[in-house]
Amino acid sequence: MTEQADLDLRPKLIGARIKRTEDPRLLTGLGNFVDDRQVAGVLHVAFRRSDHAHARIGPIDTAAAQAAPGVTAVFTAADFEKTVKPLRATSRMKGYYATPIRPLAHDKVRYVGEPIAGIIAESRYFAEDAAERIAIAFEPLPHVADPAEAAQRGASLLHEEAGTNVLVAREFKRGDVDAALAAAPVRVKARFRMRRRTPLALEPRACVAEYDRSRDALTFYSTTQVPGIIRDSIAEALDLPGHRIRVIAPDVGGAFGGKASLYPEEIFVCAAAHQLRRPVKWTSDRMEDFAATGQAFDEIIEAELGFDRDGRALALAADVVGDVGAYSIYPWTAALEPVQVVSFLPGPYRIEHYRGRVQAVATAKAPTGPYRGVGRPTATFVTERLMDMAAAHLGLDPKEIRLRNFVRAEDFPYRIGSGIQWDRSGFAECLTAACDRIDYAGLRQRQVQVRTAGKYFGIGIASYAELTGIGSRISVAPGMPINTGTETATVTVDSTGAVTAAFGIASHGQGLETTLAQVIAEHLGARLEDVRIVHGDSAAVAGGSGTYASRSMVLAGGAATLAATAVREKLVNAAAHLLETAPGDLVARDGRVTVAGTDRWVTFREVARAVYAEMGRLPHEARGELAASKTYDPVFGTTTSATHIAAVEIDPATLEIKIERFVVAEDCGRIVNPLIVDGQVHGGVAQGIGAALYEEIVYDVEGQLHTGSLVDYLVPSACEIPPLEVVHIESESPTTLGGFRGMGEGGTIGAPAAVANAVADALAPLGIEINELPVTPERLFRLLSAARK
Amino acid sequence: MSARAIKVTVNGVAYERSVEPRLLLADFLRHTLGLTGTHVGCEHGVCGACTVLVDGDSARSCLMFAVQADGARIETVESLGTIGQMNALQEAFHEHHALQCGFCTPGMLMTATDLMRKYPLASDDEIREGLSGNLCRCTGYEHIVRAVRAAVGRAKDAPS
Ligand code: FES
Ligand code: FES
Repeated sequence: MTEQADLDLRPKLIGARIKRTEDPRLLTGLGNFVDDRQVAGVLHVAFRRSDHAHARIGPIDTAAAQAAPGVTAVFTAADFEKTVKPLRATSRMKGYYATPIRPLAHDKVRYVGEPIAGIIAESRYFAEDAAERIAIAFEPLPHVADPAEAAQRGASLLHEEAGTNVLVAREFKRGDVDAALAAAPVRVKARFRMRRRTPLALEPRACVAEYDRSRDALTFYSTTQVPGIIRDSIAEALDLPGHRIRVIAPDVGGAFGGKASLYPEEIFVCAAAHQLRRPVKWTSDRMEDFAATGQAFDEIIEAELGFDRDGRALALAADVVGDVGAYSIYPWTAALEPVQVVSFLPGPYRIEHYRGRVQAVATAKAPTGPYRGVGRPTATFVTERLMDMAAAHLGLDPKEIRLRNFVRAEDFPYRIGSGIQWDRSGFAECLTAACDRIDYAGLRQRQVQVRTAGKYFGIGIASYAELTGIGSRISVAPGMPINTGTETATVTVDSTGAVTAAFGIASHGQGLETTLAQVIAEHLGARLEDVRIVHGDSAAVAGGSGTYASRSMVLAGGAATLAATAVREKLVNAAAHLLETAPGDLVARDGRVTVAGTDRWVTFREVARAVYAEMGRLPHEARGELAASKTYDPVFGTTTSATHIAAVEIDPATLEIKIERFVVAEDCGRIVNPLIVDGQVHGGVAQGIGAALYEEIVYDVEGQLHTGSLVDYLVPSACEIPPLEVVHIESESPTTLGGFRGMGEGGTIGAPAAVANAVADALAPLGIEINELPVTPERLFRLLSAARK
Repeated sequence: MSARAIKVTVNGVAYERSVEPRLLLADFLRHTLGLTGTHVGCEHGVCGACTVLVDGDSARSCLMFAVQADGARIETVESLGTIGQMNALQEAFHEHHALQCGFCTPGMLMTATDLMRKYPLASDDEIREGLSGNLCRCTGYEHIVRAVRAAVGRAKDAPS
């Protein structure tokens, strides 16, 4: 057998179902989460938070708290006036107002739970005791709770300097939507509501700043997805050079976007440690997580979709009001979530005329920020509901109307009305595969039977496309303070032959320690077990932002491919001297460099010794460091698509919605590790089911939070989630390096729409539409009562 | 508040410590004894991340004070297999990718340990029901159910 044939036959690491390297420590209680850190002499923080939604802060009396047992210090905003610079999530968007982000509320509070004072004490117990002893004279201000009212002229303002509560307004359009709609023979229209959620990572946010007196430097451990962003922003806030603040995200207990923003508490803990010259730690509890972690969604959408008589979509118009809460979250801006809704509303369909208008309105609630799917769960919910409504109107099957409207193979690359471009992805293939797997025709037959027996049984389809692995040419908010379009990998073979690959990403459940090692080992020719992945550390590479937006495999995987390939060339060059042959005759694999077709080889360790240690063994030009640092930019990014199908039955007595089957067919490009891809899809779908049926953050008209515990905010347990079935389609290799598409969020994008369509389908005989999520038993009861009247 | 002396056996090791009456068992395990494998996800008894076994029954260590565990025998995730030698349940979690972030994992493992000792877990529904007091936000439960099913199967096949 020739060496090349032998190489082609050997099992590839990319694509293999490899068990995760991070598992053993996590399974044996040896994970290293932020709150697990035991730091000598550490002080603990408790925050006194606002119980008013909107109020002016009068005098704060901290004397009793200062005198309480175990208390070291009490800080209010005034203490940071000179030492901490407020940060703003800037952008070039026209008319946009970037709210200042400070460690503690300054002058005013704008949501219940906003931190006003920070107590530093010997234990968390003492700190919490003292927090209650702080007296604050509040001067309540008028409510700003309803986004539609808040957007009106004359509404009480949250940020007076902005002159309005509309932090940003944008419009995307193509063609003449009004004329096209007026001419469309078939039109469907509705008002949709996607209620507010919280990402709810199981690990509440926590951080600890360790202070090094000798260098006046901080090492800051935080439950963050974005250590690079946190390092850069805290360096700016405290005016420190980057080498005096190192941000480490150790094991992080889930995040889903909720740990992708800079939080006031993080600035506080760093500023307090710096000022006190002591280590300072804060671990939030679940109530604080509900009150003050970036929330999600919360949009009202008026949308109309026009069709010709054959069911071909002609024009889509939508007006979106996004309730973004009290601040424009750093660094993403208030535009992030609602603007993504209008960006993705046209979905995977050919719709010539489009207009999407959006307002991001500040209200006296916790700020919203990134959450798995960002905007797209809402966009998909709206468009997929409209498709089903139109199908019913036209007497078409929901499957058929989608097939008639998908962007066709010959249309790629296709630009949708909002300006986003889809590259080739298996839109129709996913729909067909999902229908095959669930036996769509069989289910429809069964539906006819069970309907005659008086049961509510429904089938819901949702198809969508998303942009993943986004490069430097696309920005969620033009001119925002960070670069999301590149990632860097530094691969080093040290003098023992061991391989270390350092990244700017921060894995927090995605298994990137395993998948990136697969990519590195494959391209370097190393053994998987010899590769160590360093991530979640701002000191790992010079600049990097982190893990969010389904980007890490595409961007870090691309950088890993480039850097590992460069180091392999160096290894092979050095080995060529040792083996006295031409580099072209050599192959690197399993930690050795071998003369092709022979059993002559040297190990990476031997090459490394020759390069670094054995003086004179190699000529000067072959002795360069066995290391390379490469940055990858996918420029635009790539398209990931999927179809979700849910089959549900509704109990007429309890109105419990039971999901019987749930199938996902998705095209995420080349799969690095099928085990991990399945896990990501399952987890996303479970969150999407939560968003469809259970999860809702409730504020009352006075801005008080009614869902401050897991008893009020319902997260699905193993009993609510059905067995999940996933089909992988690999339609065509995208243009990204390595052929990867991002896939971390998709489950959450499709599932709410699929479940909503299934519930609406089940209730179709009663003429009920599902236009608001979550569809809780109470909402369903009201809909049924209204329909029966 | 004055400290009280307690004696507990944790993972077979006897400890005598003096603790504040209000110290949670979870904080005692994590911060007094340094056994940080037990996690705290809600501190109000819903998420199950803090599950440990107290005298052989699963309990939420965030809902107990350390003083209530005086005289008790406690098992935490650290009592299961080690990195080099995981037990059958841990192996099944590894094999089936039943963990992502790993935060819920210690509680899942301890609940599953308790369930497997007491119940046949003949169907997936029984497994789901048994795990319904432990929230996982990452996995969608599918792989956890498969892992527990596999571990139950392995235990059945093993010679007793
Ligand atoms: S921490 Fe004990 S149940 Fe959540
Ligand atoms: S693995 Fe993250 S919560 Fe279960």
